[in-house]
Amino acid sequence: MKNNKPKGGPEGNRFQKPKNTGKTFSRLVGYIGKFKSRLLLVFFLVIIGSGANVFGVYMIGDTIDNGIVPLIGTTPTAQDFLPLIKRIALIAVVYICGAISSYTYSRIMIGVAQGTLNTIRRDLFDNMQDLPISFFDSKTHGELMSRFTNDTDTLRECISQSFIQAISSTITVVSTFVMMCVISMKLTALIIAMLFIMMFIIKFVGSRSAHFFRRQQKAVGAVNGYIEELIEGQKVVKVFCHEKAVKSDFDVLNSELRHAATNANTYASIIMPIMGNISYINYAATAVIGAYIMVKGAGAFGIGDIFSALFSWDAAVLAAPLTIGSLASFLQYTRQFSQPITQISQQFNVILAALAGAERIFEIIDTPHEEDDGYVMLVNAKKDENGNITECEEKTGLWAWKHNHHDGTTTYVELKGDVRFHDVTFSYDGRKTVLKNVSLYARPGEKIAFVGSTGAGKTTITNLINRFYDVQEGKITYDGINIKKIKKDDLRRSLAMVLQDTHLFTGTVRENIAYGKLDATQEEIERAAKLANAHSFITRLPQGYDTVITGDGGNLSQGQRQLLAIARAAVADPPVLILDEATSSIDTRTEHLIELGMDRLMAGRTVFVIAHRLSTVRNSNAIMVLEHGEIIERGNHDDLIAQQGKYYQLYTGQFELD
Amino acid sequence: MIKKLLKYARGYRIYSLLAPITIIGEVILEVRIPLLMADIVDIGINGGGGIDYILEKGLQMVLMALASLTCGAMSARFASVAGMGFGSNVRAALFGKVQDFSFANIDKFSTASLVTRLTTDVNTVQNTYMMVIRICVRSPIMFCMAILCAIEFNAKLSVVFAVVVPMLVFVLAFIISKAFPLFKQMFKRYDDLNATVQEDLIAIRVVKAFVRSQHEKGRFKKSNDALMNASVAAERLVIINNPAMTLCVYICIISALWFGGGFVIEGSMQTGELMGFITYITQIMMSLMMISMIFVMIVTSKAAGTRILEVIDELPDINDSQADESLSVSDGSIEMRNVCFKYNKNAQKNVLDNVSLSIKSGETVGIIGGTGSAKTTLVQLIPRLYDVTQGELLVGGRKVTDYKINTLRDAVAMVLQTNVLFSGTIAENLRWGNADATQEQIEEACKIAQAHDFVESFPDGYETDLGQGGVNLSGGQKQRLCIARALLKKPKILILDDSTSAVDTATDAKIREGFKTSLGDVTTIIIAQRVSSISHADKIVVLDDGKINAIGTHEELLENNEIYKEVYTSQQEGSVA
Repeated sequence: MKNNKPKGGPEGNRFQKPKNTGKTFSRLVGYIGKFKSRLLLVFFLVIIGSGANVFGVYMIGDTIDNGIVPLIGTTPTAQDFLPLIKRIALIAVVYICGAISSYTYSRIMIGVAQGTLNTIRRDLFDNMQDLPISFFDSKTHGELMSRFTNDTDTLRECISQSFIQAISSTITVVSTFVMMCVISMKLTALIIAMLFIMMFIIKFVGSRSAHFFRRQQKAVGAVNGYIEELIEGQKVVKVFCHEKAVKSDFDVLNSELRHAATNANTYASIIMPIMGNISYINYAATAVIGAYIMVKGAGAFGIGDIFSALFSWDAAVLAAPLTIGSLASFLQYTRQFSQPITQISQQFNVILAALAGAERIFEIIDTPHEEDDGYVMLVNAKKDENGNITECEEKTGLWAWKHNHHDGTTTYVELKGDVRFHDVTFSYDGRKTVLKNVSLYARPGEKIAFVGSTGAGKTTITNLINRFYDVQEGKITYDGINIKKIKKDDLRRSLAMVLQDTHLFTGTVRENIAYGKLDATQEEIERAAKLANAHSFITRLPQGYDTVITGDGGNLSQGQRQLLAIARAAVADPPVLILDEATSSIDTRTEHLIELGMDRLMAGRTVFVIAHRLSTVRNSNAIMVLEHGEIIERGNHDDLIAQQGKYYQLYTGQFELD
Repeated sequence: MIKKLLKYARGYRIYSLLAPITIIGEVILEVRIPLLMADIVDIGINGGGGIDYILEKGLQMVLMALASLTCGAMSARFASVAGMGFGSNVRAALFGKVQDFSFANIDKFSTASLVTRLTTDVNTVQNTYMMVIRICVRSPIMFCMAILCAIEFNAKLSVVFAVVVPMLVFVLAFIISKAFPLFKQMFKRYDDLNATVQEDLIAIRVVKAFVRSQHEKGRFKKSNDALMNASVAAERLVIINNPAMTLCVYICIISALWFGGGFVIEGSMQTGELMGFITYITQIMMSLMMISMIFVMIVTSKAAGTRILEVIDELPDINDSQADESLSVSDGSIEMRNVCFKYNKNAQKNVLDNVSLSIKSGETVGIIGGTGSAKTTLVQLIPRLYDVTQGELLVGGRKVTDYKINTLRDAVAMVLQTNVLFSGTIAENLRWGNADATQEQIEEACKIAQAHDFVESFPDGYETDLGQGGVNLSGGQKQRLCIARALLKKPKILILDDSTSAVDTATDAKIREGFKTSLGDVTTIIIAQRVSSISHADKIVVLDDGKINAIGTHEELLENNEIYKEVYTSQQEGSVA
């Protein structure tokens, strides 16, 4: 059937590099772009914040040079302090602006980042809801879950940090660079030379780090996948005393992870001390050369000087010596310069990882939705005195298929529940045929039972009726309409299913029953529960209908969950019922009660039953015996017994053993 | 809590020590460097020390920077080794612990929460550990050294710190204490979101069949929005850290400029010293900032640590404490004497009430009873998946607690109601029953379980790869493989808990036929819904609401047991035209 399962963990080969970086990036930008005005504000605030920082450092030098140094050795009057006070006040104002803007942009970014993630997660989930069943067959739950957890997590980190860091680092680097140029072009040339050395180191360490990072992610995927699978199957591990074997398998994966993670982290954290200390060396070199320039009284050759020279036409300005204050500021700048460069290089990894994650998310968002080119709709209807069907708004209990024809006319067909298979052939993977030339009909109100060994194609037939899968050859009609023409939602609304595995949702018992009909009244819910014989056990629960049950229904027995599933189908009240081995794990006593309820429910409905127990199918209008995807016998119980064929064998087989 | 977790640094203690030691070297060097800078400015430039002096000090600075770099790089390496080693120890300990858990322990934590604890939580704790052994030493030392140096420069000016630092500490502490509950809330919302998605994925067919994707989208939106709001609330608080911190730095710098400026003018301080002092302000505040960051990290990972310890501290309530190592299970007889059982000690009512039952070795016993009549509970006591609350349970003539758990469970094969196959090939899965099974033994078991034919029909036969959860098999096929896996154990007792419910009647009959011919002396206990599955048994136990209602053969029960008769007739009614 579906053999394309990936082996290993759900994240077997996570952390590839993004395949189409540009496209993914621009899409991500599209998401964040929704907050355009806020981002613009953030952008300006970041500029103010970083600018304030750079300017503040410049002002410290200026204050020492022009506010303090001139006063040294004098006995200053209050008047003399004025330049110093002015400068300090300016610094205070600049700093306060910086702090306020940095707080404001952080706060805005939280909203932007969380809002973006919220939208992405919702898009992801909403799109996933509209994907065909075959998609869910081909992906493990863990694989899909990690889109919601790991991938969005890396995205969060990227959006909330990288964006601001990228802007502020760039601004700091650029403005620091400009300020350095203003002070002295000569010293700046030295810094540029050091910059090349730093870049080289970053590149080297970065590539090593990326290599081990990929290995680490792979190892994380393997370990997490193993954990997920084994914890889920933990009870089986216990029953088979497999604890030791499982532990040693785990140890192998775990130590591989440790090894990869150690290396990845070493390279990631080694870059900080390297860069930090290089900046000291840088500092020392700048100090020595700066001091040399100062001692020699040579020109600082700052852009500022060049400009003044240009304006004043006085070449002497060009030779303005480097002051202590300027050197102090310049030295401070050399320290400021290296940090953002290191940060940018580190953000690069985060961004790459986030893009890879985003790509995986977009891949799911982009998976084609369940196709639905149906146009026939299910509408409330009423009959006029001539028996003609017309559409109406209110609920009448009467439903009709609204068929808009190409010529613009609209016809209404009453919903009755007449289902027919015409030479249906089907295969899940296009290779192995699961159903071969199946033809059958179920008139309204008839009960059709499918019998046959496991894998004979019983479940497939029911999956085709509600278009979980589409037939490849032949057609299925519902009240004479090809089901491919019916809108999927409307088609499914006209069918109720009770599936082999009962799945309930976290919520109250009431909510779970009302899943079949969201606007069901308490009365309807109770009626359905009584019909399914679930009412009595529900009332015995601690909070009755308001008892909260968990998703896996852990606090209910198998049988009780089945009863709820049946009540859920009953409250939906559709003309066609599909029961897939639903009653098989309910004990016979309860099952007997259910059968009574079912009989009431089935009255006037078309029913397709898949059951292993022949007893439950013997009062069907028609029994289809399936083998290898073909109907090999059909007829009612008496006919088939008289035929003495496969059904007879199955039937008597049960009896021989009794 | 921290002490308990620290145990897992074992094997990496040396590295955990070396990382802070090397980092102390780095810090000392780093703090001395501004002193050199001040010397360069004050003596070299202003003091007329000359270019030689500056060169000498510059060279010293380069050497110190190189030494500091070496220390820093080494500490990065040591911290990584220690951190990741610690993480892998914790992970292994957790995983090992879960292996020791009893069913009751597993029930207590849901599987989803165990997975989160083993993955996300361990990751958080491991990263925190790595950061802590570096920063937690680095920052306080940096802080102290920088303060000392600042005092050395100018004690009077250092009074600034006495005012600003306590202020900052107070603000940071306040924020952290407020943030913790908010983060806890956020993590809870995360769990909720995951649970919603998981539930939807599992029940996707129900969702589609009932056309409820809109409804599901609404449900998701709710948890998604709740998560967003919780995250925003928590993060908004934490970001106050940053401006509070920068403001303090700025206050210090401004005061230093003002007061320091005064000292410089007076002549009691040098310009270079003032510059050096300002550098120390940044270092002191940076180290405080780092400490607060670490605190936030510790606080957020406190939740993770607690969750990990919850698992580690959980006592496996079933253990070998009273076991006799040498004892082996002699035969497949089972004896229950007045057994009572309840899942929760505080529950009022027993799930199993005063059950006495004697099964001879080699017998086939059927168990039948209504939903919730405790059939599964009864059989799960035999391999000690749960321990009896009261009464005695004997297997092979000895109390089950006398055996080592592995000895007991090797002798008792059980096919659970929920069938799990693991990723790997079919053969690998079957070898769970017996690691050394030959291909013949595997095929033989599969033939008895009626799995051989369909396995052979796959292109790769026994080497067919099963995805996670074995999703590409039908329910009935899975059940048959699970039976084969249990048979390969060659058990003394075989328990089938409703294990053929998805298997069709004819195959079910064949499986029973196979048991009859090949499991001569194996005690077989079958829980079933269909009378036909157990009517051949030597003994049928009718359970009703946790009590034994009757024991007898098919014929006996048909004659004098109301419940059995009712079940039988209901199934007959269904099948006779």
